[in-house]
Amino acid sequence: MSCIVVLAEHRQENLRDITFEMLTLAQALARQMNLKVQVLYLGKNNEANAETLANYADEVIVVEDALLANFNSEIYRKVIVSTLAEHKPSLLLLGHTAFGTDLAPGLAYDLNLPLITDCIEITYEDNRIVATRPLYSGKLNARVYLKQPTGVLTIRAGTFKPTDTKLAGIVKKKPLPAELKTGYASNFIGYEEAPTTGIDITKADIIVAVGRGIKEAKNMPIVEELAKTLGGELACTRPVIDAGWLPKDRQVGSSGKTVKPKLYIALGISGAFQHISGMKQSQTIVAVNKDPNAPIFNVAHYGIVGDLLKIVPLLKEKIKEIKGI
Amino acid sequence: MNILVCLKRVPDTAEAVVIPDSTGKDIVKDRLTFSINEADNYALEEALLLKERFGGTVTLLTVGPKPAEEVLRMGMAKGADTALRLWDEKFIGGDYFTTAKVLATACQTLPYDLILTGCMATDDGYACVGLTIGAILGIPSAIYVSKIEIFDRRAKIYRELEGGFYEVKELGLPALFAVQTGINTPRYPSILGIKRAAAKEIKVLDAKELNLTEADFQTKTELERLFIPIVESKAEFLQGEPAEVATQMAKIFKEKGVL
Ligand SMILES: Cc1cc2nc3c(=O)[nH]c(=O)nc-3n(C[C@H](O)[C@H](O)[C@H](O)COP(=O)(O)OP(=O)(O)OC[C@H]3O[C@@H](n4cnc5c(N)ncnc54)[C@H](O)[C@@H]3O)c2cc1C
Ligand SMILES: Nc1ncnc2c1ncn2[C@@H]1O[C@H](COP(=O)(O)O)[C@@H](O)[C@H]1O
Repeated sequence: MSCIVVLAEHRQENLRDITFEMLTLAQALARQMNLKVQVLYLGKNNEANAETLANYADEVIVVEDALLANFNSEIYRKVIVSTLAEHKPSLLLLGHTAFGTDLAPGLAYDLNLPLITDCIEITYEDNRIVATRPLYSGKLNARVYLKQPTGVLTIRAGTFKPTDTKLAGIVKKKPLPAELKTGYASNFIGYEEAPTTGIDITKADIIVAVGRGIKEAKNMPIVEELAKTLGGELACTRPVIDAGWLPKDRQVGSSGKTVKPKLYIALGISGAFQHISGMKQSQTIVAVNKDPNAPIFNVAHYGIVGDLLKIVPLLKEKIKEIKGI
Repeated sequence: MNILVCLKRVPDTAEAVVIPDSTGKDIVKDRLTFSINEADNYALEEALLLKERFGGTVTLLTVGPKPAEEVLRMGMAKGADTALRLWDEKFIGGDYFTTAKVLATACQTLPYDLILTGCMATDDGYACVGLTIGAILGIPSAIYVSKIEIFDRRAKIYRELEGGFYEVKELGLPALFAVQTGINTPRYPSILGIKRAAAKEIKVLDAKELNLTEADFQTKTELERLFIPIVESKAEFLQGEPAEVATQMAKIFKEKGVL
């Protein structure tokens, strides 16, 4: 029990931001708890990534093998459990990402450690690890603590700034044990990108985004017309895609596109974290929602509490008036 | 193909006021309506589609008190064959692991080729009960599954990643998939289906019947309290009748130079 382990996340060998965000948290906790920061990197031979990580940790453990080139939770899980067997960490941090959430439950189970997911804050209070995690799509937060000194935590992406505290760590390479090279039930086939219709919403200066508050497909023309009048692109939240009302390349959020337009108009969107992470950097954000407590109002610059079906047509007329069209 | 589906009944909170109750560990629920968890509805549909293709049975499981039967009836109205409700006072105060343990224990008593869960419950947002069931059962699993193709005793799946990408992989059955929303288009139950489901018996199993002991309810995590997050900044709200706020808004657009 001597270190905080951060599991490095990469896709096709590109280190992902979450890794450096977790390092910020790990460094802070390690200082308080008097522990070392260790990064665990699984992949194929990649000196550059190991060196980069060593700048921000006390130690980087690299397990190299062609088998580990692409993420596969089954293989990664076995290898991580075997690697950590000698020195059990106090805390193991993973991203609350598609990578981390596929891996953490199995790892926690095999390591016989408790798991707290989707953490936005971790503090060390009275010798206890306390995590803050959102519930009910961000309407509430919970304080949850580990009843023992060790555990696995998944950290929400974009919550911490990437670290800039240098630590000058050492890189330790470990070969993949022969017995871990075969015997897996799953195999990675490849990555695929969602089909596109040729529209690139990331290039738009004005985005009119619609959420489930639109209620029915037959109401869609109301928002389409607003987008047209403004000369902007129409975008949406995931439920609108799931319902088949717009194609996938119009989705804004963690599993869709990240946009930074001059103006982002959020209509009938609650403001779930997965949506906000894709639009919070917009210059001006305007939200219309009938729920005054909707989390979207926490990122919006201007808010209207009301029925979008009433407000949007009026807004369109006003804009036409100003534009003289 | 025998498929087990885990369904959770959750409060509809997207448009509701959500505040902690006097215990600080739960929310005030008396004015809330409840539904089947969004992703679970897709898991259910996927199970029904696979049953239509390959035959077999669909069995529903839920952990919850009596009202949780609503989602089981809804599932049977759509075409699931049987349903089990797992409940005991001892389950109260549990965490993700105790819930997963209860579900996994019930799964062990049933024949299955596939277990489907939602990727995340919209109330607690853990996104880990599904794969923990898989770990307890010792079967392969995957989360954010957006497409499933079954052939022989294997499944080819598409797992949704960040930024509009999918990880395509293949694994052996039996397996557990925690499905993402949008994987299919969930059906609505027919009137006849609803009538039939209302008459069906739902078996209830408690801790003793599941052979669970005190040790199985010892949690390693503890909820201290729920609280309303402190917001750092809040929008400037435009006040007035719809026509007034529309005018103000248009003016702001003009000021910002976007018109
Ligand atoms: C792994 C993962 C990835 C995800 N990726 C994404 C993503 O990339 N993008 C994304 O958007 N979501 C994503 N989600 C889903 C996300 O968690 C939310 O479920 C989703 O963003 C909610 O969409 P919404 O705001 O449209 O719907 P809801 O949350 O249902 O909100 C609807 C809102 O409309 C309001 N409303 C209703 N009627 C009216 C009316 N007449 N006038 C005005 N307002 C009204 C309501 O008050 C409510 O706030 C992801 C989820 C997971 C688990
Ligand atoms: N009480 C429950 N009863 C039945 N299924 C559940 C329960 N809790 C969680 N699940 C299943 O596990 C999935 C993930 O939930 P969670 O990990 O809580 O976000 C849900 O979508 C359900 O399919």
